[in-house]
Amino acid sequence: MELEKIYYDNKIVKAFIIATVIFGIVGMTVGLLAAIQLFYPIFNFDLPYTSFGRIRPLHTNAVIFAFVGNAMFAGVYYSMQRLLKTRMFSDGLSWIHFWGWQLIILAAAITLPLGFTTSKEYAELEWPIDIAITVVWVVFGWNMIGTILRRREQHMYVAIWFYIATFVTVAVLHVVNSFEIPVTFLKSYSWYAGVQDALVQWWYGHNAVAFFLTTPFLGIMYYFLPKAADRPVYSYRLSIIHFWSLIFIYIWAGPHHLLYTSLPDWAQSLGVVFSVMLIAPSWGGMLNGLFTLRGAWDRVREDAVLKFMVVAVTAYGMATLEGPLLSLKNVNAIAHFTDWIVAHVHVGGLGWNGFLIFGMFYWLVPRMWGVSLYSSKLANLHFWLGTLGIIFYALPLYVAGVMQSLMWKQFNPDGFLAYQNFLETSTRIMPFYVLRAVGGLLYLSGVFMMAYNLIKTAYAGKLIANEEAQVAPLMKVVHPTGGYWHRVLESKPVLFTVLSFVAILIGGIIEMVPTFLIKSNVPTLATVKPYTPLELHGRDIYIREGCVSCHSQMVRPFRSEVQRYDPQGGEYSKSGEYVYDHPFLWGSKRSGPDLHRLGGKYADSWHYRHMYAPGEVSVGSIMPAYPWLFDQAIDLNATAGKIAALRTLGVPYPQGYEEQANADLEKQAARIVANLKMEELNATTDSEIVALIAYLQRLGTDIKVKDITATNQ
Amino acid sequence: MYKSILQSIDNIAIWPVISFVIFFLFFCLLLWYVFTADKQFIKTMSEQPLREDDSSTPQTNQPL
Repeated sequence: MELEKIYYDNKIVKAFIIATVIFGIVGMTVGLLAAIQLFYPIFNFDLPYTSFGRIRPLHTNAVIFAFVGNAMFAGVYYSMQRLLKTRMFSDGLSWIHFWGWQLIILAAAITLPLGFTTSKEYAELEWPIDIAITVVWVVFGWNMIGTILRRREQHMYVAIWFYIATFVTVAVLHVVNSFEIPVTFLKSYSWYAGVQDALVQWWYGHNAVAFFLTTPFLGIMYYFLPKAADRPVYSYRLSIIHFWSLIFIYIWAGPHHLLYTSLPDWAQSLGVVFSVMLIAPSWGGMLNGLFTLRGAWDRVREDAVLKFMVVAVTAYGMATLEGPLLSLKNVNAIAHFTDWIVAHVHVGGLGWNGFLIFGMFYWLVPRMWGVSLYSSKLANLHFWLGTLGIIFYALPLYVAGVMQSLMWKQFNPDGFLAYQNFLETSTRIMPFYVLRAVGGLLYLSGVFMMAYNLIKTAYAGKLIANEEAQVAPLMKVVHPTGGYWHRVLESKPVLFTVLSFVAILIGGIIEMVPTFLIKSNVPTLATVKPYTPLELHGRDIYIREGCVSCHSQMVRPFRSEVQRYDPQGGEYSKSGEYVYDHPFLWGSKRSGPDLHRLGGKYADSWHYRHMYAPGEVSVGSIMPAYPWLFDQAIDLNATAGKIAALRTLGVPYPQGYEEQANADLEKQAARIVANLKMEELNATTDSEIVALIAYLQRLGTDIKVKDITATNQ
Repeated sequence: MYKSILQSIDNIAIWPVISFVIFFLFFCLLLWYVFTADKQFIKTMSEQPLREDDSSTPQTNQPL
């Protein structure tokens, strides 16, 4: 048979590799800054742009979408061309994808420090950027499906299935979770409210982990690990089961982020059951990866590429066992809201994603530039620094998480909380935060080393921009029939894509539809009223400053939490209290106390002083100061737009209320200003601090209004 | 509480049964396929990443 000469595009892979390394360094440096801020609040620099609440989403977005995202594209573009024996469908689309993605990252790097955020974790970017993400993602998918259709292999290798599932699912997740109503150019309100918003957000959040951080990297593992070990995958049969069971089950697991919250019990239980089931496919995949090295273990001793990959796959195994265990309600009761979760995600992020990326790059760069690696010694040193970094990062946080949680729950023999002051539980874990930052620093230094090593390697060779290959043209496809239905499927990419789509839709629909449609899932409380215009402005400031990064608004139904957060009222959080919360602000981490029952707890003047200098009001506090709230004024022109947008979403503001809103706002602000005046504190009625105080004083107070009549209870 | 919510949906009892049957059948079929699949085909597929260039390896796209 005549062989065709084709050329694989390495230039686009190079571009994604460079972007990965640059954004890896940037994202991790920002992470290190955030880690240091947690024990030296002075590193918040008293500036809005560098305060923890704005830096934290910058870090998570940078490492997830810029570092891991670019690496994913590098791996996909390299492996897909070779597995399908064709150049990418369109070089033009490849470059639109590349530059589009980098522009989105740039937009994120500008808007997040400026405080433009939806506050929904890993989906913080505002609506115009959401639209850009959708467009660029479609370009990526178009290019990918086009390439698959032009393939010279009849059957798609398992890595390609994982790439298809990634494309389809991320598209669905992003679109559904980003339904929001624009208020201004860079401000929007989530379409969903309260419990429903929480369910959609964590369906998205968990599956972002599944389909952005896991499935593409499983595809990468199934390609690059056999390449590096120079032997085929241990069991191709296992990989087929791995794929289908993983995508079927993963999509259901989201509600495990909301255990003991106001989410209906049945949805919580579904999340738990499917999370536990996830152990099977995850470990199947891990074992498949590790066993691929059978007979090559001696090489793991020398080869840095294999070392990185072995630890990556092991970290995947650890994180995917830990995840289901954390989903058990009794374990979750201890771990949720603590640093244990932070440790868990970093075992996944630093270990699984990071190490797989490093292994892949140490393998790729010498091949693409046609030289050997500049220094294996340096690569090995990177491996050890990285491994130590992960250990120093995770272990202290495990201790800190468990310790703090037990302190939150500790009662003394008289039946009172042993550590009544939340701050006491924070200051105890400071040494562990320092150790964690050391771990992060070790890991980051390894990345610098890799950057140096890869640059030296590249300069020693020359990029093989268009790599030549001799391939056989695809013969007329003869579809096998009968018992080989899956084999047929492997040769029909469009049908395969549709089936993956159906598989991931089922879980989402079954969990969401009842929560949305059945009113009794969210019992309404007659006393819960929409926010006043001033409180609305305050809430938007709360969102802008990223308060949700450190403060939850969800008192779980535990005696220890009710006693800590609402000792007088004794009320845990009810789903009906959040019906006007667009978006929900339940939070996922308590670096500071829960705020859902904060309203009325302290005087206005306390909040004023506290926001100005938290460390002076609560000695030892790690909260950043917010001096700019005292100088900046709220935009009264925006009030009407906010009210109208929320009314569209179903918040019952009377028709025409926009006209009167600012007058009401002034009245409420004047009361707060008068309160402050009594303690000789000065503020203008339109200052941001006054709006924020109004919101904080409102939090969780509706339920305390006398004569509560619960309907549908 | 959740029981009463679910009961309010028409013919709810059939939903979990249908879902279970679909899941169960799919995975049975999958297992059946995996265990009975042609050995040579599985071998060829698992070696796909190691064959980037056809000039030095056997042809792969013959009907299997």
